[in-house]
This record gives sequence, structure tokens and C-alpha cells, in this order.
Amino acid sequence: MLLGPSLVLSAILFAIGVIGVMIRRNAIVLFMCVELMLNAVNLSFVALSTAHGFGGQVMVFFVMTVAAAEAAVGLAIILAIFRHTRSVDLKNINLLQG
Amino acid sequence: MTEIVFYVLAISAVLSAILCITQKNPVPSALWLVSTMFALAGIYVLLHAQFIAAMQVLVYAGAVMVLFLFVIMLLNLGRDGGSDIKKGPVALVATFLGAALVAALVAVRGTSVAGLADRLNPGVVAGSPLGVVAGGDVQSAASFTNAIGAVAAPMFQTYLVPFEITSVLLLAAAVGAVVLAKRKL
Repeated sequence: MLLGPSLVLSAILFAIGVIGVMIRRNAIVLFMCVELMLNAVNLSFVALSTAHGFGGQVMVFFVMTVAAAEAAVGLAIILAIFRHTRSVDLKNINLLQG
Repeated sequence: MTEIVFYVLAISAVLSAILCITQKNPVPSALWLVSTMFALAGIYVLLHAQFIAAMQVLVYAGAVMVLFLFVIMLLNLGRDGGSDIKKGPVALVATFLGAALVAALVAVRGTSVAGLADRLNPGVVAGSPLGVVAGGDVQSAASFTNAIGAVAAPMFQTYLVPFEITSVLLLAAAVGAVVLAKRKL
């Protein structure tokens, strides 16, 4: 039975994504870390669907749709920011910093 | 045998993910993320979710990562040489918080979700026409019809309205991305 190990793997991948968001300043790599976290959650959905029915796999389908939409809009925002500041480094994007 | 393959794929996924967040240049970072996604697709096959595995390769490893690489190419990133990875106490604190998060999530794994699932779906019974099956029957249900039909039944019956709403979401995202990326609004 792979349910338990899959959930542990999902937790590890999610934590790696969180660490990536905390230690990186490149906006595109930050987006990749968010995708990594979404993948980790997808893995736990699929693992739990082996025990609780196909609803989990349908949820993974919806998560993938939302992730694709988020990637498209997010990368367009990064393009607009790059055109404005000539950089995607988050240390140059500090308008809200008091 | 299945478990050996699972552990090989799991170790490959974790190593690729660590390399993904520690690469200085965004292009190798994206390629290591693709490697993680392929490993996860293999794990989905082991978990009897063949349709999700195919979607993972097509949508994530294919479309989404090509979009990322395209934007990296468009912005000409990774040439300036400077690293954007934070060093010193920030990295230590991040690693510690990540380890604490793993511990918390693994601890949550021990709690029972069976009762929770029953409370969330009180009307669902095993063998119902909605395609929702009781615990442990996913493999037999998937082999009884086929891998895609088993997922399609709940998607187009129980979750039909959310499915239609995602199409509206994708349309809004496409229009929004075009508007945001236009040179002049």
C-alpha cells in the first residue's frame, strides 16, 4: 500500500516548495516553487483517491486547470513588471515596503 | 517491485525538487522541475491514476513549463551572473521552518480522514451511479471500465458545474494574460 509513503513524499515536496519561496528572490523561480507546491498537493489528492474514490482525481484535474490559468496570468504580470523595472528580482519591487 | 519503483521515483522527485530551488540560473531550475513532474507522473501510474499521469505530462511538463521557459527566454534571464538565493540566517531559518512543516504534515497524516470523508459526503454510498467508490475499490473500478471512463463519470455527473466553470476561468485567464502582456493598455 503506497498511501502512507505518498503522503510523506507530498509533505516533503510541499516543504521544499515553501523553502524555495522563502530563499529565492527571482520572481520566475518563485512561481516554479508555487507550481511545486501545487504538484505536492495533487500527489496527496491522488494518493487519497486510492482509498476514497475518484473525486480526488477530479480535484487534481481542477487544480491543474487553475494552475495553468495562474501561470498564464502570473507570467503576464511578471512580463509587465519586467517592462517597468527591467528586472524580475523581488528586491527591486518594494513599493509597498514602508 | 512496485514499492522499489515508487521509492526510486520518490527519491528522484525529491532530489530534482531540491536541485530546482538551489540552481542559480532559472533555465536549469525549470528543467529540474520538469524532472520532478515526470517522476510524479510515474508515481501517479503506480497509484492507478493513469489519466492524471497523462495530464501531468501533457499539461504540466509540457504546456506550463514551456510557458515558463518561453518567458525566461523572452526576458533573457540568467546572464547577469549574480545569484538571487538568500544566504546566511535566512536560508537557515527557511530550512528549519521547512523541516517543521514536514514534521507537522507527517503528524497530520496519522489522523483519520475516513470519518471526515463520510461527514463531507453523507449521501455517497458505495457503487452509486455517481462513480464514487468505497475505499480500496479504485483499482478494481478502474480495471472494470477503463482508466479514463472511471474519472469521466464523476467529472461529468457530480462535478459537471465546476467543470463548466473552469472553462470560464480559462477564458478569463487567457483574456487577462493578453491584456496584461500588451505593451499599451
